[in-house]
Order: sequence, then C-alpha cells, then structure tokens
Amino acid sequence: MPQYLALTYTADVDWWAPEQAAELAEYRQFAVDNAGSLRASAVLHPTATATVVRVEGARGGKVVTTDGPYAETKEALTGYYLIEAADLDEAVAIAAQIPAAWGGAVEVRPVIAAR
Amino acid sequence: MHDAVAETVRVEGARILATLIRTVGDVQIAEDAVQEAALAALGAWPVTGVPPQPRAWLTVTARRKAIDILRREQARRGKEEEGTRMIELARADLPPDEVVHDDLLRLIFTCCHPALSPPTQVALALRTLCGLSPAQIAGLLLSTEAATEKRLTRARQKIAAAHIPYRVPAPAELPARLPAVCGVIHSLYTSGHATFDVDACREAVRLAELLHALLPGQPAPGAVLALLLLTEARRPARLDASGAAVTLDCQDRTRWDAAAIARGIALLNASLEASRRRADPYQLQAAIAAEHARAASYDGTDWPEIVRLYDLLMSVAPNPAAGLARAVAAAEASGPAAGLALLADLPPDPRWHAVRADLLARAGRHAEAVEALTSSLAGTVTDVERRHREQRLAELRGLA
Repeated sequence: MPQYLALTYTADVDWWAPEQAAELAEYRQFAVDNAGSLRASAVLHPTATATVVRVEGARGGKVVTTDGPYAETKEALTGYYLIEAADLDEAVAIAAQIPAAWGGAVEVRPVIAAR
Repeated sequence: MHDAVAETVRVEGARILATLIRTVGDVQIAEDAVQEAALAALGAWPVTGVPPQPRAWLTVTARRKAIDILRREQARRGKEEEGTRMIELARADLPPDEVVHDDLLRLIFTCCHPALSPPTQVALALRTLCGLSPAQIAGLLLSTEAATEKRLTRARQKIAAAHIPYRVPAPAELPARLPAVCGVIHSLYTSGHATFDVDACREAVRLAELLHALLPGQPAPGAVLALLLLTEARRPARLDASGAAVTLDCQDRTRWDAAAIARGIALLNASLEASRRRADPYQLQAAIAAEHARAASYDGTDWPEIVRLYDLLMSVAPNPAAGLARAVAAAEASGPAAGLALLADLPPDPRWHAVRADLLARAGRHAEAVEALTSSLAGTVTDVERRHREQRLAELRGLA
C-alpha cells in the first residue's frame, strides 16, 4: 500500500511547555484514532534547537554547521506522521484530522516505494 | 478527407484513453499507446480509407501498442509483467458503453482532482479529454509548448507517485468535487472568449456536453452547459464583417442562434429544478445570459432584473468581472451615476477604466472620459479591444 509522509507546519512551539499540554493531547488522540494507518511519527523540538550541516566541496570536505533551521518560515516543521493509505484521497482524509491542519498546514508527500 | 479522419481519431482517442488508463493503471503509458494508434490511423486511413468500424480498429491497435510499451518497460526493469493486465489488453472486443461512461467520468475527476493546480487541470483535460497536442494547448492557454509539456509531465508524475485515484467520487462527494470540474470547463471557455479564439470555446462546449451527458441528474453540469450555450449563441453577432468587436447594444440580434438559446434556457430551468432553486454561480450567470437572450432589443432588456441577478451573484461569488457587469447593468437601469458609484468599490484594471470611460461619457463628463479611456489602453488589451477603444477615443476627443 502507498505511504505518505505528512509533515506538520505550525507555530514554532515547545511541545513540552505546560501551555501546549491540551494541544499535544489532541495530537495523541489523532494518533490513537488512526493507529491502523500510522507507521511512524515524531514530534520535534523547536527550531531553536536545530543545526544545519553542510560539507564543503565534496564528500570528506570540511563540515560546516550553522545554528537554526534550514529555512526561516513563519510556520515551522514541527513533526511528521508516516501514513499508509490506499490512495491520495484516503491520505488527505487522514491528514485533515491532524490538529496542525487547522491553524497551520500539513504537507502530504508520497514516499517512494522500495523496489 | 484528412481533417475528418483527424477529427474521428481525436474524438475516439479520448474515449479509448479513458478505458485504457484504467486497464494499464498509468496515464503516461495509456497516452503513449493511444498516440501511437492515432499516428498509425493517420498514416494508414488516408490510403486504405477509414475502416468500417474505426472505434474497434483504434481500440485494438491502442491495446496492442500498450502491450508493446509494457513489454519494453518489463525488459528494461527486468520485472515480470502482471498477467491480468496483459490478458485484459489482449482482448479483441470493445468495452460496453456503460463501462466507457464510467471510465470517462473517472478520467474527468482525475484530471480535475483538487490536488492538481487549476491551470494543470485545464491543460490535462485538453490533453486527455479533448485529445489536443501540447502545441495546441499552449496556443489556447497563452503558454509555450515546452512549458505545457513540462506541466503535463509533472501532472502525470504526480498522479502516479501520489496515487491520485482513478475513480468516480461517491454521490455524497459529488457536490464537493463538481465545482472544480465546472471551473475547468468555464475557465477554458472564458479564456477563448476573451481572445475571440473559436477553438477554446468549442472545446469547452464539448466538455460541458460530455459532463452533462455523463451526469444528467446533477444541476451544476447542466448550468455550465446552459451558460456556455447562451453565451455561444451570441457569438455570430459579436464581430462585424471587418472583424471589429460589436458591443451588446449594437449587435444584430437576428444573428443570434435561436436554437442554442432555447436549449440553454431549457437546460437552465431543469438545472434550477434539480437544485431546488437554490442558485449557484453558474445558474446565476446563465440566468443573466438568458435574460439578455430573451430581450428583443437592447433597450427592451429587463435591466432591473439583471441588476438583481448580479446582486445575487456578487453575494454568492464576488469577483471583479461580475462587479463590472453589475455596474454597467445598474447604469442602464438607473443612470450612469449609479454605475459610477458601484465602480468606486472595484479594483482598477484596463476593463474597469474602459467601463468607467463609457459611463463618464454618458454622464456628459467627456474630458474625464478621455482620461479614463487612455488609461484603459495602458495594460494588456486584445487587438480587437484596442481597435474598438482607439476609435471610441477619437470620437470622445471630438466631444471633449
């Protein structure tokens, strides 16, 4: 069955902060409701903890790290779900239940199947 | 002879493609197979004559071409081909009409899937449902052949990679999915309309006829077809012998297509019945077109009724084009001042300036009208519109 990575873009919050508890509970409920379709998921620390890694020139070159996310955007990548669904319509129906879909956005990307 | 063959191949091609996509499970392979079959027909038929059953000839040839393509893919990937697909393709009989009917609907809803961008939906519909070449599509959509090819390739890749389903939406989903399909048809029609391009309009009417024939009980396809027929009915009067634009007030109404008007009005009434008279934007636009079509002369038009319909349209689907048309209708119903007041709330563009110039002239404010009409020539304007406005500008300068 096709797999889709649903990337959640929301306000750049700290999910462990007490004020996020209610929203985090909604995400947990989504995961319970759709357990049969979810193959993996993750919640990410805020973008302030991100490190971008680049290697100069080619493989083995100097490793350059910069502080912060790859792209500074109003809404940040804050988590993902790996969804298994029959087709895009089914994947969209599941993604539409992720709390990030309101107030933020969910990007649904088809995963290349192993050959 | 050759044009008739090309037309047969194009119309039959879309029908065959719809079923082949489902059998093969891949838009690109199915399109390539139909394309190769079409080329074979165009090469053979002018010499051998059109076979007694062109549809059967094309269907069987397209299936053979699909088998060839699948075998080539199989050899390239070193993977065993699914047997059921090959057996299905090796059949010599034609699919029954109800199967083709459902396949055409599948194709329509896949082309107009909300996960594809609106311009991509239009391009894909023209390619698969109308059988137009990328060069022809580029001509209709004011794009380049290379950009159109790229757009189509990306669309096919997305359909395959994201598994956009090849399926007719369930009846409960139809109201949510039909507006996109109607939007594709309507935007195709208006793109042709604005440039006086005969082909875009004809293809849009063809698609509207197809959608209505496939879903006769749904109000939206009937309303779109009604709108297109009622607008299309006035086309013979829209240009004069020299190719200059003729505005509605000066059109020779005897040149309007009475049969198309009668059919458009009947379709509109049936559509309104089917939706229990809760009017959607296409029904309202068709009702406005019907109101114009019914009037024996420009002065005999029921302008207050047209203003009322535009008010309804602006309340359900506000857009600048409808706003401009409402201002014109209001000026006819209650004088130029009423029209100018409505214009003040709309964003200025070349058409807005042209309408404003007309209303100012009618209010006797000729100097301001010259200024407005000059502004209207600054933006993107079709050649026909430009000639019309330049002539009008010369007249107004004489009065100012």
